[in-house]
Amino acid sequence: MIERAGRGRLAGAAAAALAVALALPAAAQTVKVGVILTYSGAQASLGDQVDKGIDLYVKEHAQDLPPGVTVSLVKRDDTFNADVAKRLAQELVTREHVNILAGVIGTPAANAIAPLATAAKVPFVVMNAAGVTTTRLSPYVARVSFTHWQLSLPLGRWAAQHLGKRAATAVSDFAPGYDGEGGFSKGFTDAGGTIVGAIRMPILTLDFAPFFERVKALHPDVLYVFIPAGQEATAVMKAYADVGLKAAGVKLVGPQDIVTDEELPNMGDAPEGVITTGNYSPAARRPQNLAFLAAWHRAYGDKAVANFMSVAGWDGMAAIYSVIKETGGKFDGDRAMAILRGWTDKDSPRGPIMIDPETRDIVQNVYIRRTERLDGHLANVEFETIEQVKDPWKELNPPK
Amino acid sequence: MTSETAAPLAVEALVRGHRLRLVEIAPWLIGGLAYFLFPDYLALGAQILIGIIFSLSLDLILGYAGIVTLGQAAFFGAGAYTAGLLAAHGWGEPLSALVAAGAVAAILGLISGAIILRTRGLTLLMLTLMISFMLQEAANKAGSITGGADGLQGMAVWPVLGVFHFDLYGRTAYLYCLAVLFLAWLAARRIVHSPFGRSLTGIRENEARMHAIGSPVFGRRLVIYTIAAAFAGVAGALLAQTTQFVALEVLSFERSGAGLIMLIIGGVGRLYGPFIGVPLYMIAQDRFAQADPVYWDFWIGLLLILVVVFARGGVLGLADQLRRRLRRTR
Repeated sequence: MIERAGRGRLAGAAAAALAVALALPAAAQTVKVGVILTYSGAQASLGDQVDKGIDLYVKEHAQDLPPGVTVSLVKRDDTFNADVAKRLAQELVTREHVNILAGVIGTPAANAIAPLATAAKVPFVVMNAAGVTTTRLSPYVARVSFTHWQLSLPLGRWAAQHLGKRAATAVSDFAPGYDGEGGFSKGFTDAGGTIVGAIRMPILTLDFAPFFERVKALHPDVLYVFIPAGQEATAVMKAYADVGLKAAGVKLVGPQDIVTDEELPNMGDAPEGVITTGNYSPAARRPQNLAFLAAWHRAYGDKAVANFMSVAGWDGMAAIYSVIKETGGKFDGDRAMAILRGWTDKDSPRGPIMIDPETRDIVQNVYIRRTERLDGHLANVEFETIEQVKDPWKELNPPK
Repeated sequence: MTSETAAPLAVEALVRGHRLRLVEIAPWLIGGLAYFLFPDYLALGAQILIGIIFSLSLDLILGYAGIVTLGQAAFFGAGAYTAGLLAAHGWGEPLSALVAAGAVAAILGLISGAIILRTRGLTLLMLTLMISFMLQEAANKAGSITGGADGLQGMAVWPVLGVFHFDLYGRTAYLYCLAVLFLAWLAARRIVHSPFGRSLTGIRENEARMHAIGSPVFGRRLVIYTIAAAFAGVAGALLAQTTQFVALEVLSFERSGAGLIMLIIGGVGRLYGPFIGVPLYMIAQDRFAQADPVYWDFWIGLLLILVVVFARGGVLGLADQLRRRLRRTR
């Protein structure tokens, strides 16, 4: 009898606790954002850049959230493996019940997650992966980074108009490399140039001299290079100078990856005069960028360099915060996507951006930049703007 | 000891291996219970089960036959791409695809094994590594077929047996993998306790002697290499079917290496080594990575060092040592 009474009291206490637990989330709405990035291994530095952008936005915009709404980031390391990324996304949805998925460095990982976003009807904001097809794989994918075609096709056109009519390309032998090569070649030949040689280089090499020797033998006016951003970029600059391409007057061009901002201090004098296209340079003097950089240096110190990935993390959170603000933190996948399609931000550090309502891919300014010395430091200085570029690949390859 | 008693003893030892001990039910009991106890962890669970099959394939060749390899992912990947390509081109029936994947991997194992198993030691190690590199590069180059670095898209896997759909929570995936692991375990158990399995151990321990007693050493090594390749292929196919995606990473050196590490943690040359090592490693990795997504590698590394320093022969080796010590003190 006593035992039963005790049990009854216990049940009462449990019920009360449950009631409190249930009442709490009603008062305070928590939006869970599942962030999948590469935090370990060779690509960890990329994940770190995006992560810093995300954290900074959250830190700077706490007061922008509707009253009672909090944002909780659930971070996972995909180790740059697509199947791990897919499992983590699955767990974030089924176990953590996240409202939005975000992040992802590698295109394979993003592509693996896309069908899952469809199945779970969870919006997926891609913050780096740049493979052209990703946004086609699910109506729940929106991208805030860029595509390689978006940067390299305008560069090809510009190079043929301003630098010469004979170009060689040298790209890393994997899908993003083919994207870059395809985009540049299309732009260059459309503007009346000819491609005199297309060279593919192993992904993990740091010795580019043998490939650049072959380029030298072709005597092009322009050399287009794409390699993954990172220490490869520094190795490219070294080979460009050592092989004598620079001295021979061959103009080096490429997407922003070949002069990635955090590697610039290691590159010596070789990159001076290199022409690249990019969606973001920390050297830009836009007031929005100056404000972003001030916050960045306050949070991470003077030495920390922000690059296009950090800004993609920042802008991705801006898009997510728009969804939260517009819905008061209560939304399902379709509602969120309705807001993300056609979402615009005039105040991005990289200039005005929009998520294309049709393709859900980013529409943004593409800047032509020259690498120069500013106050003794190398910087990518924007000198021409191509306004509001859509991903050209999707226009050239309409959905079947 | 006279020869009359030695012969029955040897027979007894051989037969004893075949007999099912009570403790051998444990993995299946745990595997079944986990389905009900951890419904939120079934995706991880399925990947653990797949890891066990892969690790089991390594155990067969490394643990039992003494063939050192760093290229087992070649067969895993071959199986994954076989199942993936079938499902992407209109044949999504999972069981037949599993068989096809095992067969493709086995053929690949037979052909490559016939060439490289003539070598030993470091040379063999390098050759296994090269074969997996070659396959990975081939898959990368053949982007129009495999999707290259973007990964293979558009897989449509049909329900298992026409009834069980692969669901978001991984329920079907988990039970499907558990069933396949059970069959793989039955086969592996049969192999290692058979006279053929014993002769493999003989080859591992003293190859010259096996030659001397007339054992077809090369043939036996080739057969087990082919069988192990089929196992790895089936594991790869399971991964492709349950994640409905294939990336180049299935062929990577890291996958071969991780399989090896998990086997070492559990215990090499023991049927249950993979059953201990794989869950231990993958659960630890999952926990560490959640607690600290940036530096979790460090903790995994520490775990490995501890195992290598204090538990040679893996967790199962440690258990044996403890048991022996207990018996001595008794």
